Amino acid sequence: MEKTKKISGAKLYRRYLSIHVRSVMQYKASFWMTTVGQFLTSLNMLLGVYFMFRRFGSVKGYTFSEVLLCSSIMLMEYSLGECIARGFDTFPAMVRKGGFDRVMTRPRSAVLQVLGSNIELTRVGRMTMAVIMFVYGISHSGVHWSAGRVMTVIFMLIGGTALFCGIFLIYAALCFYTLDGLEFMNILTDGAREYGKYPVNLYGKRMLQFCTFAVPYALVQYYPLTYLTGRSDNLFTMFLPLLATVFLIPCYLLWRVGLRHYQSSGS
Amino acid sequence: MIVMKNICKTYKVTRRNAGFKEAARSFFRRETETVTALDHVSFTIHDGETVGYIGPNGAGKSTTVKILSGILTPDSGECLVDGRVPWKNRIRHVAQIGVIFGQRSQLWWDVPVIDSFELLRDIYSIPPDTYRANLDEMTELLGLSEILRTPTRQLSLGQRMRCELAASLLHSPKILFLDEPTIGLDAVSKIAVREFIVKRNRAHGTTVILTTHDMQDIEAITRRIILIGKGKILLDGGLDELRRGGEDIDHTVAELYRSYEI
Amino acid sequence: MTIAGLKKNKTYQKYASFFRLRFVMGLQYRAAALAGVVTQFMWGFLEIKVFLAFEQSSPAAFPMTFGQLAAYEWLQQAFLAFFMAWMMEPEIFECITDGNVSYELCRPVDLYHMWFARSMATRLSRGLLRCFPILTVAALLPAPYRLMPPCSLSAAVWFVITMLLGLSVTVALCMIIYMLTFFTVSSLGLRLVFSCAVEFLQGAVIPLPFFPPTLQRIMERLPFASMQNVPLLIYSGSISGAAIWRAAGLQIFWLAALILIGKNIGRYAMKKTTVQGG
Repeated sequence: MEKTKKISGAKLYRRYLSIHVRSVMQYKASFWMTTVGQFLTSLNMLLGVYFMFRRFGSVKGYTFSEVLLCSSIMLMEYSLGECIARGFDTFPAMVRKGGFDRVMTRPRSAVLQVLGSNIELTRVGRMTMAVIMFVYGISHSGVHWSAGRVMTVIFMLIGGTALFCGIFLIYAALCFYTLDGLEFMNILTDGAREYGKYPVNLYGKRMLQFCTFAVPYALVQYYPLTYLTGRSDNLFTMFLPLLATVFLIPCYLLWRVGLRHYQSSGS
Repeated sequence: MIVMKNICKTYKVTRRNAGFKEAARSFFRRETETVTALDHVSFTIHDGETVGYIGPNGAGKSTTVKILSGILTPDSGECLVDGRVPWKNRIRHVAQIGVIFGQRSQLWWDVPVIDSFELLRDIYSIPPDTYRANLDEMTELLGLSEILRTPTRQLSLGQRMRCELAASLLHSPKILFLDEPTIGLDAVSKIAVREFIVKRNRAHGTTVILTTHDMQDIEAITRRIILIGKGKILLDGGLDELRRGGEDIDHTVAELYRSYEI
Repeated sequence: MTIAGLKKNKTYQKYASFFRLRFVMGLQYRAAALAGVVTQFMWGFLEIKVFLAFEQSSPAAFPMTFGQLAAYEWLQQAFLAFFMAWMMEPEIFECITDGNVSYELCRPVDLYHMWFARSMATRLSRGLLRCFPILTVAALLPAPYRLMPPCSLSAAVWFVITMLLGLSVTVALCMIIYMLTFFTVSSLGLRLVFSCAVEFLQGAVIPLPFFPPTLQRIMERLPFASMQNVPLLIYSGSISGAAIWRAAGLQIFWLAALILIGKNIGRYAMKKTTVQGG
């Protein structure tokens, strides 16, 4: 084969996406049901928060609408991350069924192919719920919207999505070693989605430290939130979410190590 | 040209015994044992050869194929495929090979076959002319024109295997690995698959390495067989030399297995 | 032994051997069991942290003592496998939708009983494997996170009784969903709506005492409150005295009703399956 120009990763990813859209169209009923299900699960979360605030009024100085703002952004970040990185989330099945061997016999990066193997469009259900909560949150929390605050929300979405993608990548990397007992990773994914509905400082100082330096949830949640709600006017906090994307580097390195292990053990 | 020299590979596996007591015991302590998959395996395959790689289950066939296709790294030994070490330059290496796992599909399940082909074109960055020429050739030889617009999941096994063959050859690989390509196929499809592989080998000089339990496949496609048992190469020679007289191939191979006690 | 007795004994053995199999399978995946314990422990811990923050914000609005809340959360995590409606048997759904259920119908055991026993076995083995480590660690934690002992000996006995009843109610509820699956093309939608509704109504999102009084009174009478709500509140003394009898009585009522409903839907489903030939 003569030397030709490789098509770009982004373009190839779009091709994968188009395959997934066409596949989904084959199972419209199941797609809509799962989407509605996603919507309902997040509705439970909203109801839980609502009834807690109905009884207690506020928590650590946060109002209902402020918490909604926080939880909706977290939910959007998670939904985006899960939609994009679903291939990592379902990686155990891929390894078990031998699909990863196929990936290895194709001349593109394994990460790109795994990402392309599964793009979960049903997360639109959770996303819709998140947007509704977000709209309610911004209309009732009295945030004064400035260009800086709008940018902050965008940065939060970028940083948070990257962060969740990173966690899913760690999960997939661990699959190279064992498929057994990875349930604990749910703490970092589902747990963060569930408990990230409240600002991290609610869980105490140590949790805040953990979420700042170990797995940087606070960078995409608590710190920018203080800026959004006017608790802090430190411009630095506005850019903190972008710093969270650095988290992807160690995740990728772990994946590389795992891949090497897979190649030597073949399990 | 493929050169394997003293390739060794071992796996660690955990042992699980039956019974309630054993299960409770292994909850706390688990025993592992080392299994030798390949034990100093060496062979050379020249360009354009057709080789049947045979042996009983667990003999090391798929480990060899995985090493040659860059999926696995061996513990020791040397392996060069057209001057490349498969696991070191994976991306450059796999662009030049085609692999078919008979039991698993490489096509996207819910979309028409042609969509899968187009995605493969993009994955392999196949130049438009090459893609066109290969697609036309294979559509004709494999009779795909009727089924290209059908979603993969609606194809019969025979139709699917024909599409799999086309899919692994779109990028004109120099080497084709076939793992049980005729498993579960009806007689007509089996013959079609075999004839196509032979034609492809003659017309393009594609090296074919075939692992199978179906000796008719071996007889129809390959000129040379390599027999592996318990991780060791036991025999490597021309198919004709093996047969003493008019015995059919199944008996010849059964006799071989018996004589090597594998 | 009479023939009937012998037959009964054989059936019992079948179920017992099934339970054993499940338990052994559970034991083999030791890493999974450990990971499950760690996850559920973290879950309980974070949940308690949330309630602690609310309690500190307005202590007067807290409907129980904090110790009682901590007990509720730890027990919920420890016995998650007993009460979570979404933990259904994927194989049962598969065999209904792909028609393999006709093989099951050929076996000399009643389908309803077999699936009931199977679900009980799965939930019991999963729950028992995971509860002890969680309970032990939770009991050793400092206040306010500590799991308190049951508030009295009778509460402990009632806790065990009502928990088994609650587990049975959970399984009976899931049985209805299995049986309804016979009438659908895909069980997905049914399962999703059911799991979400039950999770909320049983008090798994927030415990029932945290709801406004009127809503709470309605929810308490629904079958979903007979799952985890009763045993967990009895343990910590939130339900005591005559209320225990009422709650347990309601559990028995719902258990009987749900089994009756499930069996009847099942009968229709069987008729449909045999008519259609699977």
